[in-house]
Amino acid sequence: MSEAISALGGARFEGYVTVEEVGPVGMITLRGALGSPTLAKAVESVMGVEVPASRRIETAGTKSVAWMSPDELLLVLPYAEVTATQAALTAALGKDHALAVDVSDARAVFRIKGDKAREVLAKLCPVDLSPAVFHAGEVRRTRAAQVAAALWLSGGDEFTLVCFRSVAGYVMGLLRASAAPGGEVGLF
Amino acid sequence: MSTRLSKGGRLIDRASAQEFSFNGKRLRGFKGDTLAAALLANDQVMVGRSFKYHRPRGIVASGAEEPNALVNLGKGGRFEPNQRTTTTELFDGASFTSQNHWPSLEFDIGVLNNYAARMLPGGFYYKTFMYPRAAWKHLFEPIVRQSAGLGQVPKDPDADRYEYVYAFTDILIVGGGIAGLQAALTAASSGARVMLIEQTPHWGGRAPVDGVSIDGKPAAEWIKIAVEALENMGNVTLRLRCMGAGVYDHGYVLADEKVADHTPGDGRPKHRLWRIRAARVVTTTGAIERPLSFAGNDIPGVMLAAAVRDYVVNYAVSPGDRTVVVTNNDDAYRTAIALVEVGLSVPLVIDARPTATGALPEKARAMGIRVETGRAIAKVKGSRRVTGVAICQQAGEGTVIEEISCDTVAMSGGWSPVVHLWSHCGGKLIWDAAQAHFRPDATRPPTGADGQGFVIAGGAANGALQAEATLFDAANAGKNAAQGLGRTAKSDLSTASAEAEQPMAPIWVMPQGASVQLRSKMWLDFQNDVKVSDVQLAAREGYTSVEHTKRYTTLGMATDQGKLSNINGLAVLADALNAEIPQVGTTTFRPPYTPVTLGALAGEARGEIFQPLRRTPIHEWHEANRVEWEPVGLWRRPYTFKRSGETTEQAVHREVVNTRTNVGLLDASTLGKLLVKGPDAGKFLDMLYTGVMSTLPVGKCRYGLMCNENGFLSDDGVVARISEDSWLCHTTSGGADRIHAWMEDWLQCEWWDWKVYTANLTEQYAQVAVVGPNARKVLEKLGGMDVSKETLPFMQWADGILGGFPVRVYRISFSGELSYEIAVPAGLGRAFWDACIAAGAEFGMMPYGTEALHIMRAEKGFIMIGDETDGTIIPQDLGLGWAISKKKADFLGKRGQERVHMTDPERWKLVGLETLDGSVIPDGAIAVAPGVNANGQRNTEGRVTSTYYSPTLKRGIAMGLVRRGPERMGETVEFPKIGGGSVTARIVDAVFFDKDGEKANV
Repeated sequence: MSEAISALGGARFEGYVTVEEVGPVGMITLRGALGSPTLAKAVESVMGVEVPASRRIETAGTKSVAWMSPDELLLVLPYAEVTATQAALTAALGKDHALAVDVSDARAVFRIKGDKAREVLAKLCPVDLSPAVFHAGEVRRTRAAQVAAALWLSGGDEFTLVCFRSVAGYVMGLLRASAAPGGEVGLF
Repeated sequence: MSTRLSKGGRLIDRASAQEFSFNGKRLRGFKGDTLAAALLANDQVMVGRSFKYHRPRGIVASGAEEPNALVNLGKGGRFEPNQRTTTTELFDGASFTSQNHWPSLEFDIGVLNNYAARMLPGGFYYKTFMYPRAAWKHLFEPIVRQSAGLGQVPKDPDADRYEYVYAFTDILIVGGGIAGLQAALTAASSGARVMLIEQTPHWGGRAPVDGVSIDGKPAAEWIKIAVEALENMGNVTLRLRCMGAGVYDHGYVLADEKVADHTPGDGRPKHRLWRIRAARVVTTTGAIERPLSFAGNDIPGVMLAAAVRDYVVNYAVSPGDRTVVVTNNDDAYRTAIALVEVGLSVPLVIDARPTATGALPEKARAMGIRVETGRAIAKVKGSRRVTGVAICQQAGEGTVIEEISCDTVAMSGGWSPVVHLWSHCGGKLIWDAAQAHFRPDATRPPTGADGQGFVIAGGAANGALQAEATLFDAANAGKNAAQGLGRTAKSDLSTASAEAEQPMAPIWVMPQGASVQLRSKMWLDFQNDVKVSDVQLAAREGYTSVEHTKRYTTLGMATDQGKLSNINGLAVLADALNAEIPQVGTTTFRPPYTPVTLGALAGEARGEIFQPLRRTPIHEWHEANRVEWEPVGLWRRPYTFKRSGETTEQAVHREVVNTRTNVGLLDASTLGKLLVKGPDAGKFLDMLYTGVMSTLPVGKCRYGLMCNENGFLSDDGVVARISEDSWLCHTTSGGADRIHAWMEDWLQCEWWDWKVYTANLTEQYAQVAVVGPNARKVLEKLGGMDVSKETLPFMQWADGILGGFPVRVYRISFSGELSYEIAVPAGLGRAFWDACIAAGAEFGMMPYGTEALHIMRAEKGFIMIGDETDGTIIPQDLGLGWAISKKKADFLGKRGQERVHMTDPERWKLVGLETLDGSVIPDGAIAVAPGVNANGQRNTEGRVTSTYYSPTLKRGIAMGLVRRGPERMGETVEFPKIGGGSVTARIVDAVFFDKDGEKANV
């Protein structure tokens, strides 16, 4: 059988920050009552982290859980572990009214790395990315120019940005334009 | 003549000369010059022509308020019209031309308008609409169109790039003069995040020119210290060349940063549009000097008094050898003093006030400058350049007392605070009679979501014109901004001092009793040629509202938006209406403060990233295989795949025939795929669809229709029951996001207590349709699943492994053929497509596009959302009554469909249309009925919704909506064609091909 490929096959751009499309990355959308103890236990058991608070992302090793809305989480994990994790999650949720579904292939994932990564994203996303405001552990659902996106700090000066797979080429184009040398803002 | 002085110039660098060309002449300036300063340094006083009368126009101002000195700047992809020379920085190699003249600046044929000025009064444009009727179309409109606009339209694509940046701050301060700096220092001392933006390349505004000292030091020194202090604060962002363009609701501010205007082609973005959220906005935008209205005040060489000293002090440019100063205030004496200090001649200061005994007039007198009070200019002499002035009594009618020769007139009618940003979002103004200007009314600011004012004016922008008051007021503004955010600012204030000024006197017309001959030479709006007499005429013609007068006379409608003319114009209007100025009020201040280039507003959205392009996982294969694209929403779908030597039509027909005889392959990935799960999911879908989905057995598929609340058909698709509590709903390609939002809308807002979750899985799967008599053979070749009729009959689905790929196979058909739609994870989509192509080779497989899909569905009489529907069509119109449950108590649209108009038997309903001659009915054709309607138009009885040449049946087929259509089988209807003639078609059943569905049932 063929290996699953990411939307852009790992495209990379070296501007005044480095932009890289990565993946495939495993993702499960979990919808349910985030306050439910069953759900909390289920998430903890398969992901090893607690249910994140509003606009937060919790990470343990290769796995993260991001808050998406009052009744939705995004589970981020190695692609190969999705099927088993989804099954374990569904079993752990038991009779709780919830929806856990594989969305790994519906997404494209970018890493934006460099000391000016914040301003490269600030040109595209109406988010306050000031270091004083946007810390590690924060996640934002926002837009990158004309398309939906979510982003978080995945390392010291590295952001992860997730968008829909079909617009991966568009988002790469945005990031290339935004990170093109000469466009340094000096904002943060 | 105007020239460069041998010494001085605080903003220029004499060591770095810059070459530029104006109207083809090669000239020289210095780094730090504005284009206007460089032009004046080269004795280019006249720089353009006015809009209506084509009168010679010279540089009037030194900043954003300049109405005249606009040029076509640059060439090719960097050509920009209407560039304001007073704010554009000179760069080496700059090339620009003057505007609005033909054949040349010096000799302009359009100046004939000037001599016909009496025939072109205020409201001329509107009067041309009135009488005679034919004259507008045949005479005036062509002339007006020809003469409209000042600069030329760029012809080449913009060579530069632009970008946005989103910024957030507690306090945004607009305007980096001493007030802005002080406000920033104060506000930042509270710990709040502060952003300070300034439209020019320099901090400090005009304080250094005006001889202000702060804390005992010259203003320039204090400015340097203040900027350094701000730069060293971690909570302050400073931005030069960044113009605060507009203030909007919720503290949203647009600012236009001219990143590379002065360094074209250096690879940086030309402009950066700042989209700022600020909890508080402080406007320290300064004030603009007003002209005085005297006859000939538009002749080149008549300038604002402050601008004259700006050119002298900032750029070491002398606007003229002999300057007469005319004023109604003390401030203009600074100009006389500055000129004499650099050795230029000031033969006279004309002060319209009865006396002038302030510190500045006394200082001028002490320097030997002649000062005459109670006097006015009766008339400026000269045409392309001032040659002298005739002096009269201000109180009189203009009898000339004496004439003085001069080449420059420096005028000052007082100062108006720049209230634009305060006013954009609803801040109100009050009339300050002492200073004769409108200033922000601090008790009526624009209010934010918390009900508090979110804009605070400070310094001269708040009416605090004298340096000491300016700084004090600005510090207060900074303090108040911090306080509004619950913070406390430190109050270690700087103290400014400058010569004390005595009150100004409002002078709106000079002399007071000027005759109509004089008044018709007093310009209010220099660019649009609106004079005192025009506003008075408008008042006589009944224009009492300032907004109406503005539009009728075009006062303040030029590219400068009335920065110089507004107050003078409405004062004249008030006088003509015998009303007080505050009663007349101002026109509305709207963003942007100065024009923002469209490139900046577009930001990054051009070329490849103008709009998102959605690609399926198989997009690249299509691209490599001679695809012709069709846009579907933001997707591109293959319309057809052309083979060598084929026309588009031939390719489409080949694809149809091959699919019907062998097997076709379709990329159906764009199809919407919405998962609906939960204990109430069945109930929910029964409400959303017209049919019943709750009873669908697991493993089966059912076609469904969705309507909006009014009963109109909104979307359709096949629903598959995945498990006891989950369904997968297929939607149209364009409808996926809309229907997902529709589901969430009902679940979140109306049926919030129903236990249902949805997920949009459209992009999780690539979906490939294998269609045609050989379809099963292809799947069997791939191997791994039993896809026989018995195991996987029509309208069922199954999960499995096909050719090594994890798949879900749906046996559904939109073509009438044996058809499998196979979903695979998107990451495997391309590989699966390639596997299908390989497996299908021996069975004659060819990919097909959307046009073949459309033809095949039309041959089968299947409707298409957007073709057969247009938002006014209910399912019953389309003969889809079978898909509407009669048993259900309710569903979205049920009540709507019961309304009288919806059940009217006269409604146009779907039928097939078969032309008698086999031709194809033109797209969009209308069926005509006998007689005419009340409007004299031909009656109609139907229209075509889908029309194609059927390569299967080898003739034209169509579907259409026809009045009482299904009752009229066998009758004919007539469709006139564009260009004459008509097509006659017989009303037939909409299913043209394989009526019994035998081909799919194998």
